[in-house]
Amino acid sequence: MSVEMSLEKDGIFKELSPLVEIQNLKKYYPIKKGILSKTVGHVKAVDGLNFSIYPGETISLVGESGCGKSTTGRAIVKLDPPTDGKVLFEGKDMATIQNKELRKIRTDMQIIFQDPYSSLNPRKRIGDLLAEPLIAHQLATKEEANKKVDRMLEIVGLTKFHKSRYPHEFSGGQRQRVGIARALMLNPKLIVCDEPVSALDVSIQAQVLNLLKDLQKEFNLTYLFIAHGLGAVKYISDRIAVMYLGKIVEIGKTEEIFKNPKHPYTKVLLSAYPIPNPHLRNRERIVVEGDVPSPANPPQGCRFHTRCPMVQAICKEKEPLLNATDHSVACHFPLN
Amino acid sequence: MFQYIIRRLLIAIPVLLGVTIFNFLIINLAPGNPVDMYINPDTTQADIDAKKEALGLNDPIYIQYFRWLGNLLQGDFGFSYTTYEPVLDLVLNRVGPTLLLMSTALIIAYIIAIPIGILSATKQYSWIDYLTTTFSFLGVSIPNFFLGLGSIYVFALVLNILPTGGMFTLGSNGGFMDTLFHLIMPAAILGTGIAGSTVRYVRSSMLEVLGQDYLRTARAKGLREFIVTNKHGLKNALIPIITIIGMEIPVLIGGAVVTEQIFQWPGLGQLTIQSISSRDYPTLMAINFIAALAVLFSNLLTDILYAVVDPRIKYN
Amino acid sequence: MSIPNVKMDTELPVNNVVIPVQEQLGNEESYLKLITKRFFKHKLAVVGLIIFSLMVLIAIFAPVIAPHNPYSVDGEFAAAPSAENILGTDEVGRDLFSRLLYAARVSLSVGVGAVAIYVAIGTILGAIAGYFGKWVDMVIMRITDVFMSFPYLMVILVLVSIMGPSLFNVILVLGLLGWPSIARLVRGCVLTIKEMDYVKAGVALGYSTPKIVFQHILPNCIAPILVNATFGIASAIIMEASLSFLGMGVQPPTASWGNMLNEAQSITVLATQPWLWIPPGVMILLAVLSINFMGDGLRDAMDPKSFK
Repeated sequence: MSVEMSLEKDGIFKELSPLVEIQNLKKYYPIKKGILSKTVGHVKAVDGLNFSIYPGETISLVGESGCGKSTTGRAIVKLDPPTDGKVLFEGKDMATIQNKELRKIRTDMQIIFQDPYSSLNPRKRIGDLLAEPLIAHQLATKEEANKKVDRMLEIVGLTKFHKSRYPHEFSGGQRQRVGIARALMLNPKLIVCDEPVSALDVSIQAQVLNLLKDLQKEFNLTYLFIAHGLGAVKYISDRIAVMYLGKIVEIGKTEEIFKNPKHPYTKVLLSAYPIPNPHLRNRERIVVEGDVPSPANPPQGCRFHTRCPMVQAICKEKEPLLNATDHSVACHFPLN
Repeated sequence: MFQYIIRRLLIAIPVLLGVTIFNFLIINLAPGNPVDMYINPDTTQADIDAKKEALGLNDPIYIQYFRWLGNLLQGDFGFSYTTYEPVLDLVLNRVGPTLLLMSTALIIAYIIAIPIGILSATKQYSWIDYLTTTFSFLGVSIPNFFLGLGSIYVFALVLNILPTGGMFTLGSNGGFMDTLFHLIMPAAILGTGIAGSTVRYVRSSMLEVLGQDYLRTARAKGLREFIVTNKHGLKNALIPIITIIGMEIPVLIGGAVVTEQIFQWPGLGQLTIQSISSRDYPTLMAINFIAALAVLFSNLLTDILYAVVDPRIKYN
Repeated sequence: MSIPNVKMDTELPVNNVVIPVQEQLGNEESYLKLITKRFFKHKLAVVGLIIFSLMVLIAIFAPVIAPHNPYSVDGEFAAAPSAENILGTDEVGRDLFSRLLYAARVSLSVGVGAVAIYVAIGTILGAIAGYFGKWVDMVIMRITDVFMSFPYLMVILVLVSIMGPSLFNVILVLGLLGWPSIARLVRGCVLTIKEMDYVKAGVALGYSTPKIVFQHILPNCIAPILVNATFGIASAIIMEASLSFLGMGVQPPTASWGNMLNEAQSITVLATQPWLWIPPGVMILLAVLSINFMGDGLRDAMDPKSFK
């Protein structure tokens, strides 16, 4: 089934089986104290995540710093194995795959990192850096790999003359392009984009986002796009999942989320992102008080209740679950 | 803080055990065994076997180890192969002179290094700085036995103002001045040996402190430069310097061996050399063990001093 | 020499979206070139390099330069310097100058040999401890602690006396005992580099563990290893000289600067035959000093704080 066809079906890719399924994903980090370094508690970075990623789509994971979105991204590519729960890639349980088979599957899923200054090995020339994945997996000879590197550099907006340069000779935006090229070298199906434009100047951000969008069409890619604000994702996402303190609080199509946010936290995020056009700025601003609670000790009941402007008694006791619709929300009193 | 010390001590225990095991293995690797001590032309094979049995040499090795360890903990280090006296006595006699030598050397090193390091830091990039850098390089590069020989040549033979070696003048009763005279050269040689690297530490520590903002404030207040550096800067620069003492102790121990040999200073170092030439392994092992204890202790001291100085380490 | 900056606004159509790109062709600065440039700015380091190179040449060409056979007992005993023997003869009658030259071989082979051994051991252990962490790390670090608890010289003395003094044993013992400091260094470096995104990228790209450790992590740790190794060579040379001086290292008739100084322990020799002990001492000093200069230069050249 081609991507265009499924797009027509309301943009909801129900007919296709998911590329990635995340079931009850948990990632806890132990807190150690005392002489013998006993574990006295856990930082619950991700606390029970459930969602799917369908082939060809771009789904974004949005939330404040510390909400667990980066952790989720890394867990999916098995850089940081989950404490509990399952990650299914094309139906296979990632936890059961080891060693050689794991290395093979890794070619199907890649990751683009946030910090362009630490994502490239300073000792390697760009050309070598990019050819390496192909050679390491014995997918091409040196000459073939070189040709592909040339082509890939052009695709991301650089030239083959850049092959012999070292990372420190490039700007942040250019380095991100190299990072993108590297992720593409193995023809992956899924790319986790971990805040790829957050560290770049705003004008460059637009360029890189455009690049990502074009690449998705050309190479039939699926993106998990991680960001901390709604502004960046509006342009690029088909679906958005809003995270708070380790859980998804709302998930749905992009237009729905923007036109019709159901969770109070989503509304907060919406009111916070910068709108350049001054005439469009009169929107309802919701200012929320307090700080984000510590993930080591999340609040009882609904996690957002300590800061929610519409909090009621039940919110403090019972934790709301995501209802199973196309535009799901986890709230006792969803808006609209 | 207390927790940190306890944790460090706990870690030190298996290390100490490792040291004892290592020592024990070496003893058993060494040629010659305890029974050889008792052999004379009259001993028969039966006597030898009986003695072996009595000394427990036929037991499995781990039993021998624990017996040896038990003896060790009670202070029984065995008997010297050469003089047949208890090793403990032999060693205790020598600890004093070595400690005297090492501590004097340490003091001399710091007396030299601190002023020079401060001077070098305050007058960075001047000719004084280059001079001191060269000095510290020389200090680190010159083998201390060469320096020792050279100083004996100059001060004892040519100028004839200091004795060539030993701790006392032969035939005299010793006495404070006599010992002092004998102490100067070896301690100075040993001290200058570590002064070179100490100067570098002092210099970099001072440089770091001098760049700090609170000194700028002091200057802005109008205080004289001398007071700024020495009263305000020095206090904070000295703190890390003190922690270095722990790191210098192992170097001092090694240096003491050679220095004592050249100057015939009757300490543990000289005993080490003698024990090696005479293959007196029990004595050698005892000295080794004590030295290892000293190093462990100084490492512990360094870590604790660091933790006192830098609160961040405590909470690691 | 650099190609003048060429600015090209190349427009590459990628699915009809134009991405303007500016190009600057200039020097490709490899890490090695950078380090070398900075090293040569250091005056003392260059001096050290020159002196050390001279020593290496002396060691290699000793048979060609030396006027006499260092082992042959031709001259009188302890003769003063003369036309025949530039530096005189030693107690047994061997030419001192020739022995001095040949001794360079001993010192340098100990220095380089021992360091090569312990850098190899230390790097592997440190990398394993740093990369795999947890109990592997703990075990290796405790072993390192045990080794570091011994005063270096004493253990060496004991081991060499047990094994019998010889050049080979000295190199072996120095090599087998010197790895703890490198192991700690490498471990620390590996721990830091391990967290870098480009290493994680390597994992995500499916690279095998040895490939990641040896091709991605360790090459970024070379700087501190190299500096430590350089100072280590100096240290090993002094150690060998001390051992030989004490009679526990290289034995005569093989010439070592250390054992040449051994004879000076007698006050008579010290006082009356300065040609016996001053030259070897000076040679040790020069060798060690030059290496220390180089090490200092290397350290400054590789200092990451001065990189952009």
